Formats: sequence, structure tokens, C-alpha cells
Amino acid sequence: MEEELKKTPLYDLHVSLGAQMIPFGGWTMPARYRDILEEHRAVRDRAGLFDVSHMGEIMVRGISAEGLVQGLLTNDISGLEDGQAIYSPMCAGDGGILDDLLVYRLGQGRYMLVVNAANTGRDLAWIRERAGAGKGVEVEDVSDETVLLALQGPRAVEVIRPLVRFDPGKIDFYRFVWGLVAGARCIVSRTGYTGEDGFEIYTAAGDGERVWQALMESGKNHGLLPAGLGARDTLRFEASLPLYGHELNEGTTPLEAGLGRFVRLDKGSFTGREALEEQRRRGLSRRLVGLSMTDRGVPRAGYPVLLGGKPAGTVTSGGYAPTLKAYLAMAYVPSAVKPGDRVEVLIRGKKCRAEVVPLPFYKRRKEA
Amino acid sequence: MIPDGLLYSTNHEWLKVNGKTGRMGITHYAQEALGSVVYIELPEAGSRVTAGESLGVVESVKAASDYYAPVSGKVSAVNGELPDSPGLINEDPYGRGWIAEIDLEDPAELDGLLSAQGYREMLQKEGK
Repeated sequence: MEEELKKTPLYDLHVSLGAQMIPFGGWTMPARYRDILEEHRAVRDRAGLFDVSHMGEIMVRGISAEGLVQGLLTNDISGLEDGQAIYSPMCAGDGGILDDLLVYRLGQGRYMLVVNAANTGRDLAWIRERAGAGKGVEVEDVSDETVLLALQGPRAVEVIRPLVRFDPGKIDFYRFVWGLVAGARCIVSRTGYTGEDGFEIYTAAGDGERVWQALMESGKNHGLLPAGLGARDTLRFEASLPLYGHELNEGTTPLEAGLGRFVRLDKGSFTGREALEEQRRRGLSRRLVGLSMTDRGVPRAGYPVLLGGKPAGTVTSGGYAPTLKAYLAMAYVPSAVKPGDRVEVLIRGKKCRAEVVPLPFYKRRKEA
Repeated sequence: MIPDGLLYSTNHEWLKVNGKTGRMGITHYAQEALGSVVYIELPEAGSRVTAGESLGVVESVKAASDYYAPVSGKVSAVNGELPDSPGLINEDPYGRGWIAEIDLEDPAELDGLLSAQGYREMLQKEGK
């Protein structure tokens, strides 16, 4: 039986803006309002506003919260301060990636885990199982009560500035503050998934529309556009940020995915540690690389990568990169393959030449 | 956005007949449904195509879709501007975004295509 798709609290607003709605991770979400390329360019050059309330928010509280989270994740959260966030994979015992997420330290013994929509249920069960009962930690899914908006782009600071009493430019990357945005209590976090500067703004479901409207109004002077998951995907792809279900899955380890810097084998015990230690010791058999097409053709997820004419890997994400004006792909290939090497991608039965290139494809220029 | 004087296929291609040749492309509705076109695979000039069969592939940001030959015949010309400027299909689907010209093999096939009015009604019926 097909489960009914969930709607974010902003669903009616998206429909009234003419969004094309698509199913994603169990939700019906805006794919685009008008044009993906236009929305993509708005975020790179000015600003875009995304409703990403499909993301899951899981609260972990209690005297054992830090120990629990530390044992679940490959990254080290022990040095996190209140008001700081960190990215981490979460692995199974065999080192396979269960999810990738952000951890917010809200206070001592209070963490918010922001997880992928499609994985929320499984993550919750996994975390609860490890928390056990009555062990000084409480795990709560607050996804349905939470609206998450992503304001992204070089003008993001100026768009939000008139709506807040703090200086949004003073929030460092991967830091957040609690504050009022247009009168609504929010977490304003200097994070994102587009490769641009910007904020992710968490608020109560009932306040979501007010915050969205205020940002849209303030953004009028800055060329802000509402942006859908289509542009979110092309933006994160150019910035080579991995997407669960594409670059990441249970059959892939963070080391293979190029996420080694988020795996802290020195931090003490965590789930998957032995397997990852073993893999690091023995070396990788495959890893994620970038490909740039030299023949004409659009590489797509699932297409085979050929080495010397023989299948040797698979494209995980691919397509046209609007900012770079190139046809690019991320793909798993044998780890001996290096930037500058020539491979082929099998596109509808046709072998199309490509060059291995370093990741990320796109990196924003930072102001001095 | 459905010009009179053209013929239409149920697959959302248009055909403009000029004597024994037909110029084809995809309709405004089709380009809008696809979104920004970023790549097109054109048929080979000189190849023979059959009505209803895939003529090539048009790729938007999100997906690849086939487009089909509205009539049978020999491909006599392709739009050489498209490989470098596939966005013409979005900007001007009935003009500079044309895809190919086909020498008609069997003019009777034209009776199987829709008029502008017929295509309009089909879209309405499908709630589009």
C-alpha cells in the first residue's frame, strides 16, 4: 500500500506560488517554482529561499546525551560548544553509512540531530535502540512541529538583517543563535547545502509561513527567489556535497565517500569504528571522484563508468552544472584512478569520454 | 501557445508541412513540462525514421526524455544550432528551437496528426 505523502506547513503557499510539487523522501515538496536554472543562478548570484521542512529533527536530551551521540557518530562532538553545529556520518557496525546529519549543541546534554527525510524513521529507531530505556537520555522526534527554511546566497545576510535584532553577519560558519526573526522564535544557523553563504532557520510549524513571508518581502530588494529541490540538487551537486541515496548508502563507508575528515578514529569508541579502522589500514578499493565529460552527453546516476572499455564503476549523481557550464558527474571508481585519468561513461549504450577531475567542482570565493 | 496551421502529435511534437517536407519540434507545453533543456541528441541527417519511433533524446536539468518522429521519412536536415544552444527549445519552441526536417514518405500519415484545435482539446481533456 502506498503511504500518503506528508505536507510541510507551507504546502498551500507553495501551490499558490505555482510550484511543481514532487514526491521526495515521503513528502510532497516543491521541485521548482518557475525554472531550475533561474533559481540556481539566484542562489549563486543573490539569494534563494527553500522550504526544507521535510528534513527530520530529533532531540536527544539528558545526562547521557553526549555519550549516546558520541557513540552514534563518526565525528567528535566532545569539543562542541553551546551554539555550535557539526556535520557527521552515522554508521552501522560494518562502517556502512546509515545517514549523514548535522548535530546542534543546544546546551549541556541537549542536542538536535537534523537527518534526511527518508531516513528519519529508521534513524529514530536506531538511536532509540542504542539509548535503551531509563538510561538518562530521552529521544524525541520533533520533525512535525518544526519548519526548516534555508536562506542561501551571497545576499542572505542582508536579506535577514532587517528582520532580526542581532548582527547576522557575526554568526560564524557552523554556529547558530536563538533569536526572533520577524517576531518568531527561531534557531538561525550559518549552515547550508548549496555551497553558498547563508542560513538555515528552524522555527515552530505555526510560525513558518510568517518567517517565509517576511524573508520574501525583505528579499525583494535583493533579487531573492523561492527555490525548489531541483535547484537545491544542482547547487549541492556543483559544490560536491554528498546526497544520501546517491553518494551515500549502507553499502558505502565515509572513507570511500571522501568524508574521512569527519571520521575521528582517535576519539574513542563509536559504532563502526573497528570496521573503519580496518578499512583505513588496508586501504580503499574504491572511492568517489569527479568526472567531466569531454564528449557530448549527460551522465546520470546509475550509468556505468568504463575503464579500458570495461565496467569499473558507477555514476552516483550527474548532470549539467549551470554555474560551471559543464556536464559533470560524481562516481565511484577503483581507488587507483586519479585526477587527469581518462574514463568513459556509458550513456544509453554509447561510450562517451570523460576526464577525472578533483572535487569539489565548485567552491565559492570567500571575501577577505 | 498552440499556433494554428501546424499539426500536432499526441506525444507533444509539432509538424509544419511545406510541400513534401515537414519541419518538427516539441510543443510549448512539452518544453514547459520538461523545464530548462540542457542537452539534445539529434537524429542523423540522412537516416530513415518511422512515425511514432524515437527520433532522439532531449535532456532537461532533471531528466532525459525521448521525442518521437511525427511522420515517417528521411531526415533531410537537423537544427545545427541546438547542440550549443539547447535552451532555444525553451525560448522559441516553434521557431529557432526546431529540431529536424523530414522528407514525407507517406502524406496520408498527416491525417493521423491533430490540428491545433484538436491538440488544444487533448490538453484540456488531460487537465493540462
